[in-house]
Amino acid sequence: MTTLLALPYWQETGIKLGLALAVIPTTSLILVYLFLFKMMAFMQSRLGPNDTGPYGTLQLIAEAIKFLQKEDIHPEQADRRVFRMAPVVVLASTFLLYVVLPAGPDAVVQNLDTGVFYAMAVSSLSVLGILMAGWASANKYALLGGLRAAGQLIAYELPLILAVMGVVIQAETLNLQGIVEAQATGEIFGFGAIGNPFILTQFIAFLIFMIAAQAELTQTPFDMPVAETELVGGFHIEYTGFRFLLFFMAEFGTAFAFAALASVMFLGGWWIPGFDVDDNILNVLGPGVMLAKILLVAFFIFWVRFTYPRLREDQLQKFAWKVLIPLSLANIVLTGIFKVVF
Amino acid sequence: MTATSDREQMAYVSAQAADARVKVELDTGDMTLNIGPQHPATHGTLRIACQLDGEQVVVAEPIMGYMHRGYEKLCEVRTYPQCTTLINRIDWLGSFANEVPFILAAERLMEIEAPPRAQWIRTILFELSRIANLALFLGDMGVQIGALTPVFFAFRDRERVLNQIEEVTGGRFHPNFDRIGGLKDDIPKGWIEETRSVMVKMRTFCDEMEDLLVGNEIFQARCRGVGVIPPEVALGYGLSGANLRASGVDWDLRRDANPGLAWDQVDWRVWTHPDGDSFARYWVRLQETREATHIVDQLLDGIPSGPIMAKVPRIIKVPAGEAYISTENPLGEMGYYIVSKGDLGPFRVKIRTPSFNNISIVPWVMKGVYVPDVITILGSLYFILGDIDR
Repeated sequence: MTTLLALPYWQETGIKLGLALAVIPTTSLILVYLFLFKMMAFMQSRLGPNDTGPYGTLQLIAEAIKFLQKEDIHPEQADRRVFRMAPVVVLASTFLLYVVLPAGPDAVVQNLDTGVFYAMAVSSLSVLGILMAGWASANKYALLGGLRAAGQLIAYELPLILAVMGVVIQAETLNLQGIVEAQATGEIFGFGAIGNPFILTQFIAFLIFMIAAQAELTQTPFDMPVAETELVGGFHIEYTGFRFLLFFMAEFGTAFAFAALASVMFLGGWWIPGFDVDDNILNVLGPGVMLAKILLVAFFIFWVRFTYPRLREDQLQKFAWKVLIPLSLANIVLTGIFKVVF
Repeated sequence: MTATSDREQMAYVSAQAADARVKVELDTGDMTLNIGPQHPATHGTLRIACQLDGEQVVVAEPIMGYMHRGYEKLCEVRTYPQCTTLINRIDWLGSFANEVPFILAAERLMEIEAPPRAQWIRTILFELSRIANLALFLGDMGVQIGALTPVFFAFRDRERVLNQIEEVTGGRFHPNFDRIGGLKDDIPKGWIEETRSVMVKMRTFCDEMEDLLVGNEIFQARCRGVGVIPPEVALGYGLSGANLRASGVDWDLRRDANPGLAWDQVDWRVWTHPDGDSFARYWVRLQETREATHIVDQLLDGIPSGPIMAKVPRIIKVPAGEAYISTENPLGEMGYYIVSKGDLGPFRVKIRTPSFNNISIVPWVMKGVYVPDVITILGSLYFILGDIDR
């Protein structure tokens, strides 16, 4: 495989690291501006921000500056060290997710053979940070929110992983690049022009993945850990200024990462029909294709967020254990049978 | 009581003992959670002191009085026309409806009757303020349960109704328009047609809410069977308005004790729901909003001509006596008991507000529910803080 640029190892690593560090603020900025500000305003027949910069595009920068100016308050009773660490832990899990997300044949920070496994593992790290925040805040609302988050994220980790298993069985690899290749070279009943995006064969898994991701991201039908009207923000109730910004960035950064995972595993990833899988030009075009697909997936995530009311904690657990997990197990069995038959 | 066998008795006792031991060893004490005074679900400064066992409420007690403004006392040092300024601010979302029973009570004492045209316009404005008030509830209930969008639709469409009220009275929120013996002004030109088109829009809004919330599975899962109030309990706690009708009690002061307004001139029905849960309370209010738009439509068709004001002395002195008038306000029964000694102002005013009684059921209805349901029940009982602490 030839690469576009032949760079020494340390330069390549440096560039990748810099990109990965830049990508989280940028991605959360894109999501917040496009969906949280503009789409939400459109759905609710409001204008949304429109003064700061052209069409209000600089609103988020203004917000970020506002957050940076604010005082960093610790509650008196808080466990200070844990309290300070919690947002960093949450953000770290988001950063680690970005390591394996591919945007082209070579445009990936680290092409891990166990990419799917790694992504699922680090995404559940955020629970730890949320639980830390909930406990260390010394606030009853935060504690309730943290415990709810822990219960919910653990319950929804299972269907998430089981849904991904279907894709893994079909692609016969845990490598995210391998999954893209499997979709690019796949055929549907002998017709291979658009490859075989797994959403066509794994639509049950896709549905479960999206629902579980919604819960994992604590977006609205499953947003009890933050629940503005009952827990008034839940685990991040006591956070101000920059630390709150970290939570905020992590939330939308993770939303972007999960949308990226969904588009890699179900929508064909960076591959464009008509190109070879390792065509060098895809390193340039791939990120654009990925971004388009990610925004499409994110649109659905946020659409649901703005439309639905919130479930209750017990209803959510019931839904996870009694509906989603059996369904995802059935999907695995079905995938296995089809894999053997075809 | 059914006779239990010794074995059952033993099993029960040992289970109790085991529970007690766990409590001593693990100290699973209750947690006190103060919902409020500053909490988004309390629409102001109501405080609910909850004892929680995990997320389950053991005891919930509403503590009110954080916004007490002493209106009953303040009324005693004001003249009758001045009192309406205060009364506007009791249920601040349906202000005009507050004025009406007070003015009617004063009119009864003075033995004055407002001309029919004034009564009709009063009824129209009354129903408009009901629509403005309930429209906000219809959206706000969504926010309590986590759906962000309905409340923005509610604010958008309520504004249309407020504009209509403003066009007549000059005040969006606090019209202060009702006078003893009639109204301050007549309706402006072209207002009837505009109001008619607004009513069409409000019906569309009700349909939207039906699509967004009533038909939504999550909304139903959150509301059905939550905070069930049986009719006898509802009557026992003195609930009124839609909260009572949602428990299946067919009781509406507009029909049962009409104090002279134009409700008996139009064709409408009282909506009830047999369930008594939060969903029923939402549903009844939704239907009532729709019904109110139909009432307004019919009233607009038949406004009688004539003067807007009866013959009233320039300086209003109310003869000595006592009168109690209550009307079916957006939140429930609102009544004024006026005692007059023949002065310029009332000697004593007792204000019976619906929210105060509606909220008194909280300790009963919140026993054993989960924290999210506390918010659902509070939202569905629909109180306005100015109406609790006046």
